[in-house]
Amino acid sequence: MSVIVSFEEYSFKYSGTTFYALRNINLDIYRGDFILLTGPSGCGKSTLLRSINGLIPHFYEGEYTGRVIVMGHEVSKSSTYELSRYVGMVFQDPENQLFSSTVEREIAFGLENLGLSKEEMRRRVDNVLQILKIENLRHKSPYELSGGQQQKVAIASIMVMEPEILILDEPTANLDPLSALELFELLARLNREMNITIVIVEHRLELITSFINRVLLMDRGRIVADGAPEEVFLERTSKLLGIGVPKVINVYLQLRNRGIEMDRPPRKPEELAVQVRRLLQRRSSK
Amino acid sequence: MRVIEVEDLYFSYNGRTEVLRGIDLTVEKGEVVAIMGENGAGKTTLIKHFNGILKPTKGSVRVLGMNTKTVPVSKLARHVGLIFQNPDHQLFAETVEEEIAFALKNLGFDDDYINERVNWALKFMKLEKYRKSSPFTLSGGEKKRLAIASILAYDPDIIIFDEPTIGQEYLHKQRLADFIKYLASKGKTVIVVTHDVEFVAENFSRTVVMANGKIVADGATREVLTDPEITKRARLIPPQPTQCALLLKDLGVPERVLLDSELVQSIVSLLKHSMIT
Ligand SMILES: Nc1ncnc2c1ncn2[C@@H]1O[C@H](COP(=O)(O)OP(=O)(O)OP(=O)(O)O)[C@@H](O)[C@H]1O
Ligand SMILES: Nc1ncnc2c1ncn2[C@@H]1O[C@H](COP(=O)(O)OP(=O)(O)OP(=O)(O)O)[C@@H](O)[C@H]1O
Ligand SMILES: [Mg+2]
Ligand SMILES: [Mg+2]
Repeated sequence: MSVIVSFEEYSFKYSGTTFYALRNINLDIYRGDFILLTGPSGCGKSTLLRSINGLIPHFYEGEYTGRVIVMGHEVSKSSTYELSRYVGMVFQDPENQLFSSTVEREIAFGLENLGLSKEEMRRRVDNVLQILKIENLRHKSPYELSGGQQQKVAIASIMVMEPEILILDEPTANLDPLSALELFELLARLNREMNITIVIVEHRLELITSFINRVLLMDRGRIVADGAPEEVFLERTSKLLGIGVPKVINVYLQLRNRGIEMDRPPRKPEELAVQVRRLLQRRSSK
Repeated sequence: MRVIEVEDLYFSYNGRTEVLRGIDLTVEKGEVVAIMGENGAGKTTLIKHFNGILKPTKGSVRVLGMNTKTVPVSKLARHVGLIFQNPDHQLFAETVEEEIAFALKNLGFDDDYINERVNWALKFMKLEKYRKSSPFTLSGGEKKRLAIASILAYDPDIIIFDEPTIGQEYLHKQRLADFIKYLASKGKTVIVVTHDVEFVAENFSRTVVMANGKIVADGATREVLTDPEITKRARLIPPQPTQCALLLKDLGVPERVLLDSELVQSIVSLLKHSMIT
């Protein structure tokens, strides 16, 4: 597997603050990873993402040591424009990302700098409107949309650029549960079929867990756990940091405490149900 | 006592399409109510009627007996605190502590009381270390907590949260839930708009579901969230324990399971039973 993003002894402090928001980060992200980045509010998740697409250090002032390398380019030495060819970022606050007069123009905006033909632009815009199920919003003003609708438009305007690395900062915060699930399914498809690398900050652990291959857990500027979801969620640190774990994992743990051991921790309700049936069969065949 | 009475409410932003289409809703003093439903259903539009920033196109909204169409917003604001979905719409002060003090000052409280409330709110929302920071340098979750803090600080009778769990990990959600229960026990009325199914399952006894400008369900959370018809229609996904219980229905697991502890109970008794037979 090839490394696509790497952090080397990287630390960052926003100017005007007294503490480092990121401390000694050493991290390799591999092409094709689908990573959940989680941790308590204020631990540095958004700061880490901004350090990948170059908003840090180019827009946010501060001090840094170490370096971040994205597809061979050192972030501090590359312009955000250059980086935007590889990295697309969906912001935590969708409204700040929107500025055009119609949804359609909003989505087409970034494409205008890519030198694509008119037909190709139209094809891509139509395609994202369709896959995000927002064709009906095409001619609306982004400011006259509900919170969730705005979020979908912000996501569309990044996806349309077809970046190789997609970083998303709580993209489902305002989405209804089914829309959130549909977005995760869509991301999983991009990840599987086009080998797009994805890093997502997400609090809806119950919905995202079955799609990811890796969890990074942060606390006060550091990465404190890095591994497969079950591994990280079963570690005590998750409990201690209060991030919560998916309910099916909770059920697994509570059963284990009562001496009922399943083969492996489930990632979703279907898996939990299968395991319960297996337990029953085993008991009745004894 | 009825604190919110909505009668046949219609609302349109542009005079053409109606985004609320005949809402009837009453909320009693001391109640805690969750409002859920798909994107664009009209949840935010509805609650903006409760503090008078939006006025009915047709029908009426009465809050503590006052008709929101005739009573000034400033008068309603004293009684109704609304925490916006997007904190950037709410935050504007230079520092975090000024943000929290703002409404208290406006309402004419004395300095000692203001100080006490600001300190309490900073502590409760775990924002003490940002007292002198600009609200715009806070992280997403911190901004949301500041928006909540600045409303809770002045202690309104009716508190309305639009998506309070955004950007909050489990621990913060739990603290918020506990506090909401405490508020209700003191006779406050709390309305929470949220997409967070598990937050609702664990903490709210009444759930209202909206779709397409209408209320499509209003009842006990257990009945609402375990009803596949309703959840499907409103684009909700039932809590994981509920989903799992449904999958094990044929084995005799009860249908209306809501919480993980309930699911654990029924799995344990299922296994015990199978040992005996
Ligand atoms: N300022 C506005 N001008 C015109 N239309 C609007 C405006 N705000 C919202 N709408 C429309 O009104 C409908 C209801 O929006 P509302 O914000 O109440 O939905 P919501 O249930 O809060 O959705 P979400 O879960 O996405 O926040 C949507 O179709 C939306 O596009
Ligand atoms: N522009 C800024 N200027 C100064 N400090 C900042 C700025 N942005 C973030 N911070 C601070 O840096 C720390 C990390 O913030 P960051 O936004 O990365 O957290 P986060 O993990 O994304 O939190 P959340 O889950 O609440 O969004 C916090 O203490 C925050 O207050
Ligand atoms: Mg953040
Ligand atoms: Mg809304």
